[in-house]
Amino acid sequence: MEKPVIIGVGMVPVGEHWRVSLRDMAVEALLNAMEDAGIDKVDSLYVGNMASGSFIEQENLGALIADWAGLGNIPAVKVEAACGSGGAAVQEGAKAVMSGLEDVVAVVGVEKMTDAWPSDATRFLGYAADAEWELFHGASFVALNALIMRLYMKTYGYTEEDLAHFAVNAHRNGAKNPYAMFKKEIKLETVLNSPYVADPIKLFDAAPMCDGAAAVIITSKEKAKELGVPKEGMVELAGFWRAIDTINLANREDFLTLKAAKVAAEKAYKMAGVTAKDIDFFEVHDAFTVMAALSLEALGVAEKGKGAMLAKEGQIAIDGDYPIQTMGGLKARGHPVGATGVYQTVEAVLQLRGEAPEGIQVPDAEVGLTQNIGGTGSNITVNILRRV
Amino acid sequence: MGKPMQVARHWRHFEEKYALIGGKCENGHLMFPYREICPVCGSRNVEKHKFSGKGKVVSWTIVRNPPSGFEYYKPYPLALVQLEEGPVVLAQLTDVEPEEIDFGMEVEMVTRKVREFDEDGIILYAYKFRPVLKPQKE
Repeated sequence: MEKPVIIGVGMVPVGEHWRVSLRDMAVEALLNAMEDAGIDKVDSLYVGNMASGSFIEQENLGALIADWAGLGNIPAVKVEAACGSGGAAVQEGAKAVMSGLEDVVAVVGVEKMTDAWPSDATRFLGYAADAEWELFHGASFVALNALIMRLYMKTYGYTEEDLAHFAVNAHRNGAKNPYAMFKKEIKLETVLNSPYVADPIKLFDAAPMCDGAAAVIITSKEKAKELGVPKEGMVELAGFWRAIDTINLANREDFLTLKAAKVAAEKAYKMAGVTAKDIDFFEVHDAFTVMAALSLEALGVAEKGKGAMLAKEGQIAIDGDYPIQTMGGLKARGHPVGATGVYQTVEAVLQLRGEAPEGIQVPDAEVGLTQNIGGTGSNITVNILRRV
Repeated sequence: MGKPMQVARHWRHFEEKYALIGGKCENGHLMFPYREICPVCGSRNVEKHKFSGKGKVVSWTIVRNPPSGFEYYKPYPLALVQLEEGPVVLAQLTDVEPEEIDFGMEVEMVTRKVREFDEDGIILYAYKFRPVLKPQKE
């Protein structure tokens, strides 16, 4: 089956946007992407969003955003897979194009988190867990990840410092990304001296609460040519899949394996005809530092239990063997939950077009991978992008 | 924040939350909470099974920035506890200082208050786990 291509990208800087609403951000990112693609209409819209109903008391985002972006009476719908909503929305847009039903599809990922009181926001993020068996007991999302981190450290003999390298790397790259929330490098001590949120996860092991929106335009190669898009303006979505795992962490066979990422990655690699060795950079879901380690293991980049070694040894830097979080990752770029998967896609496209900011462009990047996690690994998307 | 109709919602789980009753399928697979379909073998023949309430700590954390509704209780310890019959449950630990908690610590189930809602709400009780009580030396 013919693989779809991304012909336009747009985003707004991630941050605490007190003066801007969800619809403003989504429309701006969307229009940026359409302008980038050189088009003024699309056949349909897919919105990646996790919890607009809770955060801003607004559902029906398909209608809201398509209406305010002036897209006319097109099909528009919200795609939800917790923090993995953005990556999932990109896949739904790609499927629509591959089916032949829709020619030019827009995907926008958006989340407005800072309109909610922090403890309420913590609760809303907890809705991605099992409400009756996890949130009921007072489990925050950070707490569930902390249970995993403590076990990971104990099982493989890592320290908090070992995992802190992931945060340092993310900030080093994010400092050069104008769209990142934290454009500031940090030292290991910054991470280690930050207060515990849920031991052993400290403030600087975790991604921030924030607002943001990012968008991509997806079409077929044939249609892209018809629209006059040059070859270098196209990035192929070469392989993609997603899979679920138990929603309740306690029910998982192995707390330290992201099984859903393994399944999704195997299928995506096969569809793209590549292996982990062929990938030039990885945008993994580092909502918490331990998730970056587990992701590298699930994606086949590191053996089980060795993910944190790659950070310790510096192999995840831009000039390392396995660059990750090239634009700051969730930790430094920011993690507006339902938008994150689309930000990752936009960043991968910029890398593959050679348009990443100076200092964080991966030289001669041909293939990139984005991995977007919903829940504590319960709903994971893997997308592989390739230069046409 | 809206208030969902909490009474029926929690009443449905009294057996599990007060008595730690889960499930056992026809092939002997144990599960907690109870579900209609065995997650291991897919059997649809699952009976109720009462767990002993004895277990060991697999991992734990101290929740310092809780979700709304739990602010009053912070900081509180939360753990994955492996029951002696095999399944793992997530629950708060109680009657223990954070520094006393360790991997493999033996714990037992007790019934405790989990949280209160506002004045028109209800008080929720459920299982928590405490270090196993040992007889005091004479």
